[in-house]
Amino acid sequence: MNRNARRKHLSNAVVGLCGASVALALVPLFFVFFYVVKQGFSSLSWDFFTKMPKPVGEAGGGMANAIVGTLILIGLASLVAIPVGLISGIYLSEYPKSKLATAVRFTADVLNGIPSIVIGIFAYALVVLPVKHFSALAGGVALGFMMIPIITRTTEELLNLVPPTLREGALALGATRSRAAFTVMLPAALPGIMTGILVSLARISGETAPLLFTSFSNRFWSTTLSQPIASLTVQIYTYAISPYEDWHRQAWAGALVLVSVVFLFSVLARVVTKRLERMHRT
Amino acid sequence: MPKSPKPRRKGEDLGFRAGTGFFAALVVLLVAGIAFVLWRESRLSIAKFGFNFWRTTIWDPVAGEFGALPFIWGTLYSSFLALLISTPVALGIAIFLSELSPRFLRTPLAFLTELLAAIPSIVYGLWGVFVLVPLVRKLEVLTPAWARTLPLFSGPPLGVGMLSAALILAVMIIPFTSSVAREVLKAVPATQREAAYALGATRWEAIQVALRYGRTGVIGAVILGLGRAIGETMAVTMVIGNSPQITTSLFAPQYTMAAVIANEFTEAADDLYLSALIEIGLVLFAITLLINAASRFLIWSVNRDVKAPAPKRATLPVGEAA
Repeated sequence: MNRNARRKHLSNAVVGLCGASVALALVPLFFVFFYVVKQGFSSLSWDFFTKMPKPVGEAGGGMANAIVGTLILIGLASLVAIPVGLISGIYLSEYPKSKLATAVRFTADVLNGIPSIVIGIFAYALVVLPVKHFSALAGGVALGFMMIPIITRTTEELLNLVPPTLREGALALGATRSRAAFTVMLPAALPGIMTGILVSLARISGETAPLLFTSFSNRFWSTTLSQPIASLTVQIYTYAISPYEDWHRQAWAGALVLVSVVFLFSVLARVVTKRLERMHRT
Repeated sequence: MPKSPKPRRKGEDLGFRAGTGFFAALVVLLVAGIAFVLWRESRLSIAKFGFNFWRTTIWDPVAGEFGALPFIWGTLYSSFLALLISTPVALGIAIFLSELSPRFLRTPLAFLTELLAAIPSIVYGLWGVFVLVPLVRKLEVLTPAWARTLPLFSGPPLGVGMLSAALILAVMIIPFTSSVAREVLKAVPATQREAAYALGATRWEAIQVALRYGRTGVIGAVILGLGRAIGETMAVTMVIGNSPQITTSLFAPQYTMAAVIANEFTEAADDLYLSALIEIGLVLFAITLLINAASRFLIWSVNRDVKAPAPKRATLPVGEAA
């Protein structure tokens, strides 16, 4: 009896601890969120989006160049990653059992786990070293490499959600394999794939490490691809480790913008995926 | 009669397979390319220092002396501490979400814990510098004098240092470990728990059965978190203090492999310096590659084991009751 009571108590204690660990993990989430919103909101103004950075010591100014820089960088990354990711995702879902598919799945997962700073070194050696100067192009390439595995796996997963009967129907009507893939399967999964791409964009727009020595940074307005370019994340980094109060303020504002974009896309992706799952289940 | 369309279709299908396969092969090629380029660019340092690079502690770019031991130490120590903190919490979350949580709470709670992974590293770093580090400093000041004599808590209370880095790393890897561990627990057949309950097990005892069944996968989940911790750059760079020294003190500022690359790469003026930094990157790549491969293998082996006996269940009349 005594032993059973002890077992029961132990069981309840562990159940309680498991619940407590969920609560414990949510503490930093709210803590981070709270500070980013609090500090960021009071520092965020119209100037942040439209003005250029002011010289050291002068208050005010914004991050217009860094925002445009980040947009250019993720545009370049998309050009690199979307074709490769999308088409290799199609391959994975069309020939799931082939040896190449197994290898691609494995390396995509591995690539996903490689530290972003290492990808940065790779892009540096590939793009910066030959021409001996930092460039927006190098940053875009680095971010693109990071996007490829995410897009590949999302495309595969979402194509697998589409009922195989659709493909079989198309093939039975005499369509070629590629026609079935591109005009039947892909459109059916497209809304999900698009959100997957948006999420990967949001994720890489928060990356800093691979940009430090590829796109570098730039205090001035620049949209030239062969020149160093400012980015929101590197700017936040520079401002955060600077000794200036006004720069700290702007770093928080930048963090708020970043976090909002990432969260918005995460929620959006969730809604779309849920809807797609429901749609294809029936 | 029209000619059979078959030969043309076959050709097109082959073309489609080759065309999409080409892009798929690019993904494999990319990883191979990273390995090759990192090796090529670090040859200078490898040739000059050999294995001593990883055994010596002096990092003096001016004198051209490079020893990476303090960075290895910092990376391993911070990752180890982060795992120590995050593993119980992450497993607790996984158990709660897969075994205990009421159904209506499951999805929102899983979403919230996974949001932790969506916060960019730089935002964690910013928060670390301005919120966590002052907090940790206060904590360090409060440490009683007798505890300060222990090597674990020696040194001045700076706030920046190993403790802040380990805490922030722990928060960052929790969502990775917990979501994979949850998937693993989900893959454990319900019959395992049912059998335990039928024998009179308490909830915790039934959970233990499930954990034991999926233990390789759970270990895989923890290792996946380790891989993340080892490669994490920005947040750690901003709070660890960036001082290359080998000490067990939690209060002491230290340095990691990723942090030294982030800090010094653009300053590396000569080829040898750059090559030494790239060699650190090469080893970082190799370590994370091995860790990821190991973790994938462990997680995959659980899924395979579960899938094999699954059809049997349908033939068991007892299973219907569940």
